[in-house]
Amino acid sequence: MQDNIFQILQKKKDQILEVWIKTQINSPDLRDELISNEDLRSSCEELINNLMSSLNEENINNPHSPDFDGVNEILAGISFSQAKKGFNPRETAFFIIGLKEALIHVLQEEVSDPQILFSESLKLTRLMDNFSIITFETFIRGREEVILRQTDEISEISTPVIRIWDGILALPIIGTLDSSRTQIVMENLLQEIVETGSSIAILDISGVPAVDSLVAQHLMKTVSATRLMGAECIISGIRPEIAQTIVHLGIDLSNIVTKATLASALKFAFRSMRLEVKAVVAKENKNS
Amino acid sequence: MQVEKDQDVVPFRNRVKEFAVKIKMGLVNQTKLITAASELVRNMLKYANGGEIEIEIISRGRDNGVKLTFKDKGPGILDIKLAMQDGYSTGKSLGLGLPGAKRLVSEFDIKSILGQGTTITVIKWANG
Amino acid sequence: MDRIPILRMGHFLLVTIQVDLYDRLALNLEADLVQMVSKTSAQGVLIDISAVSIVDSFMGRIIGNIASMCKIMDAHTVVVGMQPAVAITLIELGLPLKGVYTALDVQKGMNLLTSMIGSQGEDEDEEEDDFDS
Repeated sequence: MQDNIFQILQKKKDQILEVWIKTQINSPDLRDELISNEDLRSSCEELINNLMSSLNEENINNPHSPDFDGVNEILAGISFSQAKKGFNPRETAFFIIGLKEALIHVLQEEVSDPQILFSESLKLTRLMDNFSIITFETFIRGREEVILRQTDEISEISTPVIRIWDGILALPIIGTLDSSRTQIVMENLLQEIVETGSSIAILDISGVPAVDSLVAQHLMKTVSATRLMGAECIISGIRPEIAQTIVHLGIDLSNIVTKATLASALKFAFRSMRLEVKAVVAKENKNS
Repeated sequence: MQVEKDQDVVPFRNRVKEFAVKIKMGLVNQTKLITAASELVRNMLKYANGGEIEIEIISRGRDNGVKLTFKDKGPGILDIKLAMQDGYSTGKSLGLGLPGAKRLVSEFDIKSILGQGTTITVIKWANG
Repeated sequence: MDRIPILRMGHFLLVTIQVDLYDRLALNLEADLVQMVSKTSAQGVLIDISAVSIVDSFMGRIIGNIASMCKIMDAHTVVVGMQPAVAITLIELGLPLKGVYTALDVQKGMNLLTSMIGSQGEDEDEEEDDFDS
């Protein structure tokens, strides 16, 4: 009497696990600095136990069966965390493909009838392939998450608001200004104005590669919003080529205070706050 | 919910805020959404003597949003293109209501049939 | 009917808006404020909107109206304490509140009013330089 393959697999669970882990450990692709052998073993064991307990005659042909939810969840968890840890796709693929190999290897030893062997391994392959797809979907989702987090971080650090003097803020803008960035810049700036009670803000655009009408519009919006809050906004760092494009495009910046350099903007700010910068050993005071 | 008089505006704004907070919308976007809602409600009260507003939460991928549908049985809008222009108003206002509201939300859709009423749908995504 | 209280402080009137305005309330405020300016011959009006989370085009218009009305009655209007989110929204809405003076907080608004009144008639240029540049 031939055992059915589920019983075989159930019986040989430990052997499958060993074969699977051995293939992975022997593989040159496994980077043991990323995952210890114990961790690998425990996640493999969890997956196999879950798979074996949910696998039966009916659902082997239906990889979408809810019976596999547990397996899918474990797989998703593993590949998600692998993606975040910086595993490459090959390593993640090897993980699940290794299981398929181990399963078929054991099956081959146990089942003698080539007919049955073939049809059963076909079913298993189909099921495992579906698991690979799921692994990949979650792997990519994990990667996307990493990218999104980095995007957030970049936009966070790319808009520092610096308090250069009591009541004077400076905001160096580096890189292209699009509308979502303008929004972040504006929010940070206005928030900082409220927190520090500053009355003058200097927007330095020397790090902005190009100013087109859209960017100019964003800048003007920021200036007007600052004014509504009750603070003055100066735009500095206007390079000659930017001045050229602004005029050629017919953008009117005449009701905005613009300065060529951050230094002259700061000087203007000092003057309007009635502050004076003096050299300590000034022998003659020209400014009296 | 139903809006018929001036005093309904504030509770309505609070309802919109509740929804926006529920999907963790940022403060600025919240303010934009509520302001837009306020403009549209005001239009509804002024030109159509009130109407009905539906508030719902929708999602698109990993992004959530608030969708507002304003339905009134007012006179309708003769020329939508003209009404969407800055500074155009048939009443004595600034003419910023419709175009301003459009700028404040992520998606804006307006349908109007003369004599039967106007339906405006706006969507504001939590990050956008 | 609810009313927004208007406080008198020397030559100035101080209005602190603590609730979200509905239209009736805003219109009342406009009327009351103009009355008060004439009655007390105030030289400056300070409107604190730091507690207001929503300013739509109607509210914006009322603020603009108040400023213009006070202006022709020879009183300056300063709006103080606008929330960042409100400022961004107003700009996006297309309502930069031209002609309305703004300040960060009540103290700064007070200083602004004092200097505006102080410099009135003496040195118009200087005033322009400092606050309207």
